[in-house]
Amino acid sequence: MSVNPEIQGKQYPSTPPYLVGREKVREFAKSVFCTDPASFDVEAARAAGHPDLIASPTFGVVIQEQTLHQLIDDEQAGVDFSRVVHGDQRFIFSRPIFAGDELTATLTVSSVKQLGGHSMVTADTEMTDASGAHVVTAISTLVVRGDE
Amino acid sequence: MTKPLLEALEVGQVVTESTLHFTRDSLVRYAGASGDFNPIHYRDDIAQSVGLPGVLAHGMLTMGASVQPLVAWLAGAAQVTDYQVRFTRPVLVDAESGANVTITTTVGAIDSDAKTARFDLKVTFNDETVLGKAQVQTSFA
Repeated sequence: MSVNPEIQGKQYPSTPPYLVGREKVREFAKSVFCTDPASFDVEAARAAGHPDLIASPTFGVVIQEQTLHQLIDDEQAGVDFSRVVHGDQRFIFSRPIFAGDELTATLTVSSVKQLGGHSMVTADTEMTDASGAHVVTAISTLVVRGDE
Repeated sequence: MTKPLLEALEVGQVVTESTLHFTRDSLVRYAGASGDFNPIHYRDDIAQSVGLPGVLAHGMLTMGASVQPLVAWLAGAAQVTDYQVRFTRPVLVDAESGANVTITTTVGAIDSDAKTARFDLKVTFNDETVLGKAQVQTSFA
């Protein structure tokens, strides 16, 4: 079964605000081999001019993950998770994510393409802070392999 | 650590060369930190049942770790305005010996007017590139 092309342009309900915690920033930074003191030590972060700990560039995936579940769980979309391969990923920042941010994420399906029996779905997840200002957009292209 | 100056950069200049060692422990740690608990990243039997040779690293772990040498070189992640990769080959992580991932960061483009620079990442495992079009846009404004 291939992905329903009619979901192109579909937007899912915004997720509840995600509060970025210091310990999560530290845990994530350690897991991606980050050594920047500003991701671990609040004094170092403030000395670097940040309001609090700075998250590693790919931290947004933690919040994006919740929106991708909306897409995968959507029966109308027809995305068979057991056949999904991550094709590419991008983060476009207005500013870095900091501990203390409350981020709301909204996924829009920007493109659905069929390519040689596979489907390629591109999903843009826009994350905004408590004031409504844009922080980062995470863009994933998922390749859904066709039947063998 | 002092921050590098845009004026001191040249296109083609290699700014970091390093090797990271992934182990199964790294994958379990990343699964917990990221919330991605797909079992192909910690169970050989499940990885093999879907046609893979064995457990492989999360693509997002490779992406997240590959930018860290540049983050360290820039003395922080705040200058990163855009980071993209294409996942071209899996990184197989052996239960005993793990996997070595080598990362080379090169200056790809400089825009003196906009005060921006693009860095290109070459990321290899077993002498094969695992990330395509791995580019980091940074602001020096």
